[in-house]
Parts: sequence; structure tokens; C-alpha cells
Amino acid sequence: MTKLDAKIPGGNLADKWTTFKSSVSLVNPSNKRSLEIIVVGSGLAGASAAASLAELGYKVKVFCFQDSPRRAHSIAAQGGINAAKNYQNDGDSVYRLFYDTIKGGDYRAREANVHRLAEVSGSIIDQCVAQGVPFAREYGGLLSNRSFGGTQVQRTFYAAGQTGQQLLLGAYSSLQRQVGMGNVKMYTRHEMLDVVTIDGKARGIIARDSVTGALERHFGHAVLLCTGGYGNVFYLSTNAMGSNVTAAWKAHKKGAFFANPCYTQIHPTCIPVSGDHQSKLTLMSESLRNDGRIWVPKKENDTRKANEIPEDERDYYLERRYPAFGNLVPRDIASRAAKERCDAGFGVGASKMAVYLDYAAAIIRYGKGEANKHNMHNPSDEEIQAMGKAVVKEKYGNLFDMYKQITGEDPYQVPMRIYPAVHYTMGGLWVDYNLMTTVPGLYALGEANFSDHGANRLGASALMQGLADGYFVIPYTIGAYLAAEIRTPAMSTDTPDFDAAEKAVRDRLETLMNIKGNKPVDYFHKRLGKIMWDECGMARSAEGLKASIKEIQALQKEFWSDVKIPGEIDNLNPELEKAGRVADFLELGELMCVDALDRDESCGGHFRTEFQTEDGEALRDDQNYAYVAAWEYEKQSKFKLHKEELKYENIKIAQRSYK
Amino acid sequence: MEGNLNLTLKIWRQKNASVAGKFETYQVSGISTDMSFLEMIDVLNNRLIEEGDDPVAFDHDCREGICGMCSMYINGRPHGPNRGVTTCQLHMRSFQDGETITVEPWRASAFPVIKDLVVNRSAFDRIIAAGGFVSINTGNAQDANSLPIPKEDADDAFAAAACIGCGACVAACKNASAMLFTSAKISQLALLPQGKVEASKRAEAMVAQMDEEGFGACSNTGACEAECPKGISLENIARMNREYFSATFSSK
Repeated sequence: MTKLDAKIPGGNLADKWTTFKSSVSLVNPSNKRSLEIIVVGSGLAGASAAASLAELGYKVKVFCFQDSPRRAHSIAAQGGINAAKNYQNDGDSVYRLFYDTIKGGDYRAREANVHRLAEVSGSIIDQCVAQGVPFAREYGGLLSNRSFGGTQVQRTFYAAGQTGQQLLLGAYSSLQRQVGMGNVKMYTRHEMLDVVTIDGKARGIIARDSVTGALERHFGHAVLLCTGGYGNVFYLSTNAMGSNVTAAWKAHKKGAFFANPCYTQIHPTCIPVSGDHQSKLTLMSESLRNDGRIWVPKKENDTRKANEIPEDERDYYLERRYPAFGNLVPRDIASRAAKERCDAGFGVGASKMAVYLDYAAAIIRYGKGEANKHNMHNPSDEEIQAMGKAVVKEKYGNLFDMYKQITGEDPYQVPMRIYPAVHYTMGGLWVDYNLMTTVPGLYALGEANFSDHGANRLGASALMQGLADGYFVIPYTIGAYLAAEIRTPAMSTDTPDFDAAEKAVRDRLETLMNIKGNKPVDYFHKRLGKIMWDECGMARSAEGLKASIKEIQALQKEFWSDVKIPGEIDNLNPELEKAGRVADFLELGELMCVDALDRDESCGGHFRTEFQTEDGEALRDDQNYAYVAAWEYEKQSKFKLHKEELKYENIKIAQRSYK
Repeated sequence: MEGNLNLTLKIWRQKNASVAGKFETYQVSGISTDMSFLEMIDVLNNRLIEEGDDPVAFDHDCREGICGMCSMYINGRPHGPNRGVTTCQLHMRSFQDGETITVEPWRASAFPVIKDLVVNRSAFDRIIAAGGFVSINTGNAQDANSLPIPKEDADDAFAAAACIGCGACVAACKNASAMLFTSAKISQLALLPQGKVEASKRAEAMVAQMDEEGFGACSNTGACEAECPKGISLENIARMNREYFSATFSSK
């Protein structure tokens, strides 16, 4: 078994990053100008990395499949971004953010990476404000904070329910500035279809121009995959329609290990499925759990309308089960608790697969607060309601509007119906401390890597990690590799390795087009999604996983003999793009089940029904499973497990409790 | 069959930028009122695939109204009949059984058609690249709270920054003007002290790029504001003009 070297610097945890920065090799400015870096993906990680590297003087090429880098799915992040600023004077610190993240991740993340993340978190806020990101502010002109799940301090910075949008537009503006200066060349409507390796190092990519269908070769001294997560393996998720695993999966097949693929985050507060036509699910930000109260009727199969159910007949089950954190328990716990109630027959709505998220109490509380502020001594109920609704509107207005658009119901009048949905994937390409995969010169940043969130990500930490990796980590760590590449001149792409890579990509596209079967791509994607949701979703069992692996293998065969792709190979062809992505999801889905089956414990988002405490909480096995499962691709359906042992030297590993 | 809406769709089909396009008529039935407009098009497309026809190409991604990628011109209005909504958030409950719905791409020479309903909006990226940023490199920033900003200014900047770059403003304008889009970014940054430093230079550079891209002039009709899915205000155009004129009067 090969030993994975995470290259974690020595010394005390709190000094590792500082020591690393002071000792890592540097590349002088004139050498930077002749080093070329390819960045795939233009979300928070990709845009921030590309802008920062171009500012340093590297020659950068950026690729995205959308029509503009500003569309990347980071744009849809709602609630906020964490940072250990302690502006609230409520006891926050770098150590506490580190601790909360490790604990929230159910003790399955790497200490050194998480500590570094907490250390740079403050600089991210500074950087974004300097770019003109309009964060929410208090009347005194200073930045406002809100609470989020899994923490007891207020460290989340936000811009209404559109924080991801504002942060991405900030990174995008920095990126476009470099594009305008000629330091970044932007390739939109381009999809990366393979990594090119030469003598074991990543040296470029093959990309398809979606408009013309032409295959292109691009050289880079290093390749950064900032391509997001793979939640769409479930078909229905909160991810954008185009979000996919293809870039990461191609890298995996070229030698990059895939770590903890089964760690999936099912987000507790999403708008429930309304029918078979459903193409995606919509998140209602976790920040809503700040003020909203989650409940179901105490009576089984209660058919009354929410507003007709009296207070003492409501079960606020999160407050009941977890009094210390209440509605703000971490996501994995809140999701499982909702599933438990619905499975037990207490669900609400037409499908009975939903719970209520209720704002009635918050509206009254805010309304009374406003009355006090305005010196109104005997406000009427109507006045309280109106003022309370105004406050809620300012905090969460866009989310309430979105809910109304989708469901046709007004959440200011009736409680929202919510249910868990696939949202984020903690697993991803295995990377070392430098964010390099097991292929030299190939990096993975943001959600595409595995390193910081363990088995469960805390709310408002995805934006933090994406920007940390791009703005403040990769500009330093890439020097460790590129300093040794200064004598490598830019290579021609007219070489046998590029020939072979391009031919393989072309052959695969032609094979897909020539199947000429009977079923559209969506048919296979929906079937894969159902298998994954039923057997590798919120609850998993050895029996179910074993059966799923067989089912997925059969589905792979069916796909490759019966998929029907219309249109031409050399024109804009969304079905062909989708087919390539679903083919990769079909292989990834199998690996996720293999990984979930290997892990005979429950931790974070991975819940094996065989491993639970008496009261239904996840039961970890630290003796045998305190490792990162890094899978090597050997051949179709054959993956080899490598283990990176997780050592906790600064935190006492304990059973997670939010009670 | 999930619902009971039967509709006639007249959709613009165009193979690529170099050939002429035309409307094709399709019937769809059994549409649920809970479907989004794009899910209704998904239903049509899966049927076209099964029948061996080329599905309708359209841009879309997040399907929650924030990425700005979807772009259909529905019954003569960008993003359809409802105010403050993108096409992906338009639901079929806004239509009647038996209705005929006409769907076109954005119409503007600066947004050439790529295929069917897909247009090229990269002109917007070039306008931002010309000056839609604060010139600060990573690592230069001071502590975020060392710069208090009045809440009203931050709120106004946020309201301008909420633009999703979809291009509905251009599609709605009889002159295909990009003033609302351009002014939203200029305003956001001019309202904040971080962006004030280069406000004049920014306005000049972005307006010059906007003109070069072939967008038309503004005639203050206000269709852009009325059709904007994010409610970006016309006041931004006034603010942009202020920045632009002060820049051109004072420039050497």
C-alpha cells in the first residue's frame, strides 16, 4: 500500500502555516512571467485563484462551461461566510473556528488544513470589503454578523440572502480586471474533457468548445481544478443544472485519488419535491433557522392546516431533542431528525414528506422590538405584525419571495414547508497540504477537494474555504512546485501525449453519438439519482449498498447501449454535454457506494443504519475509521483503497453532542 | 401527465449564427401548474429527442433566479409576464389552459444568436473588464472594520450590486441599450469609499466599452427597470451620467 504524504509542515499547529509561508520556495517575478497556469472553473475558488495568480505575474488561462465566469454556482450561495474576526466580542477566535469546524465535521477533517483555514478567514473579509462587496452593515457603519448552525458565536458575514452572489461578483471583478490587463485569457463555453499528463506530471488539458464542438489542446505548467462538487449524482439537488464531476473524474482516471466520496451533505431546509417533472431543488438558507422554528404536529397524520394547529399540539422536535443548540444544530443532524419525523408519519403537506419552518414567533418578536425602538407603548397586533414582517423582509426578503414563486404560497402568512435535499459534497479529490492531488502539478481547490470539512460541513464555511484556497493558500503553496519548474519551457501541444489524449476524448464523444439508442440522457440520470437517494442518501446500509453497486453497474451497461443523443457533434449540443457528465456520474455513483460500504461506522453526513446510538445518533468508530479513504482508480469498477490516518493532536476527540 | 394545461408554443429555432431562423409551432399537453417554465421546455425537449428531433437549445443553470443565465423572451417580454422574476422562476400557474406562448431569444445586435434561444452575452464581460472593479490586488486590504460605511450607502450599493447580468434590460430596450447594466456596476462602486478613488476613470472606460460593443443609446423610457428581474433602479443611470459627465468635464 502506498503511503499518502500529506506534506503537513512540522511544529505547533498554530505555527505551521506561518512557518510554511516563510520557508516555501519562491519564484522570482521574471520567472513567473514564463510560467503558465490553467484554472478550470470560475467559481469562488477558481476566480479568486486565477485573479491572485495573475496579479503575481503568472500567465493564466481560465475555462468555464457557462457563458460567463460570473455564472458559476457559487453565485447561488445564500446565507453567509464565516470568519474568526470576533467583531461581536462574543469569545470567537481562530482556535474556536478551527474547533467548531473539526467538531462539526465529526472529527474526520485534517487538523492542519482546518487551522490554516481559520487563520486566513479574517483576511478574506478584508479582501472582499476592499473589492467593494456590499456586506450587511449596522447603523454605525460597521459590519453585521449573524449566527449559523453548529456554533455558539456570531461570526457569519452576509449580504442579505445573496452572499455567494456578492462574493463571486467581487472575485469575478478581480478576474475581469486581469482579463482586461491581458494577464488572464478567458475561455467561456468550454468544457474540460481530460487532463494531459506527460512523464507523470499534469501538463495541460483537452477542452471542447461547446459552440463549435472543436477540441482544443492547452498547455500549462500546472493545472488547477476548481470545478465544484458532485451533488448532481443524485439528479435532484440544490446544485445548478450544469454542476458536474467530469473534470474531477477525468483527473481521477488519470491518477488523482478520490477521497471520502460518500461524504455528502443533505441540507435540512429545502423546498420539497412537487412532482416528477422536478429538475432541481431549491435551498432555503440555513440562516432561516436563526429565527424560524421547525415543527411537525404531535398527532400522526394530522390533516389540519398549519395555522389551525394550536401551540400545545406542535412538536418543535429540534428544540426538544437538542436544547443546547435547538434549531441551530448542524445540518446532518437537522436533516436526519426531519427524516425521522416524516418516516414516523408526522410529515406535513400533500406528500407528507415535509416539516414546517415557522416565522410567526419571529415576526411578533421583531415587531415588538421595533415598537420599543420607536417608543410605541401600546402597539396593536396589526402594527406589530406589519413592523415584524418588515424586519423579516429586510433580512430574508429574497428567500421569502423565492419560496412564494416556487410554491405559490405566501410564507409571511403560512409556515414554509421544507425537507432535506442534497446540497454539498465534502468528499473530493485528495490533496496534500499544498492542495496538490496525487498527480504532480495537478491541484484541486474549493469544493472539488476533500480536505477541510470532514464528514459534515458547517453552514457558511463553503464560501470561506473556496476563497481561502484561491486568495490565500494557492498563491503560496504553488511556489513549492513551480520553483522547480522554472527551467521547463512552455511546451508545444503537438506531441504524442496530447495526440493520444485528444484522440481518446474524440473517440468517446463519437461513441456516445453513435449509440443511437432509445432513451434520453435524463432517463438514466433520474434512475441513477433514485438509487443514490434511496440507498446512499440520508441513511445507508450494507445490504442496500451492495445491491446498489450491482444496479449501478447494470445501469452503466444500459446507458452505453441505449442512450439517445440528438444533434451534431460539431455544434452546440447540450444533450451531448449532459451525456458525458452522466456517464461520469454513473462511475462516481458506484465509487460512492463502495466507499460508504467500506466505512463501517456513522459519521457526519454518512449514516449507516447498523451504526447508531440508542437514541438514533451517529455512532463513530475512531478505533478503526479515523482515516481519509483515498481511492485509486485501477480499471472500470475496480478501485484501490489508500488510507491517510487522521491524527488529532490539538483536539480531544469526543462523541459529538449538541444536546 | 402531471397536470392539465395544454399549450401551443411558438419557438424561435435557428441552427447557428450564420443561418436564418424561424418560428416552429409545438403542442404540449398535461403540463402541471407547479412546473417552472424551463421544466415545461424540458418536457418538450425530451419528447423531441424521443421523436428524433433536435431539442430546443436554451441557456439555464442555477434555476433559482440568481445566476442570470436563462434568457427567454416570452410573449414579448424578457423573462415572461411576471415582474421581478427570471424565466427559471416563472411557473406555469401564470398561464392559462389553451394559451399560445411565443418564445424568442434576446433581440439585440450586441447579443448575437448562437443557436435557437441561446445568445452571446460576452459583451457584458468586456464592459466589466474595462473598469467594473476596484483596482486592488489580493493581500493589500486593511481591516474590514477600519472603514465604516453608512448603512444607507451600503444598502444602496447592495441594491445596485444585485444585478445578475442576464441582459433583460438590453432585450427590453427599443434601442438595445446597456445603460442599466453598466450603470448598476458604476453606481455600486461609486457609492462606496473603496470605489470612489477611481470612479471617474471607471465611468469613462466602461461607457466607452459599452459604446464599442454596439449597444444603443438610452432614451429614458424605463422599460429596462420595469423588466429587470432584480428591480435594478433607473436612478443608477442618473448616477452613472453624473460620474461620466464629471469625468469628461474634468479630464485633460
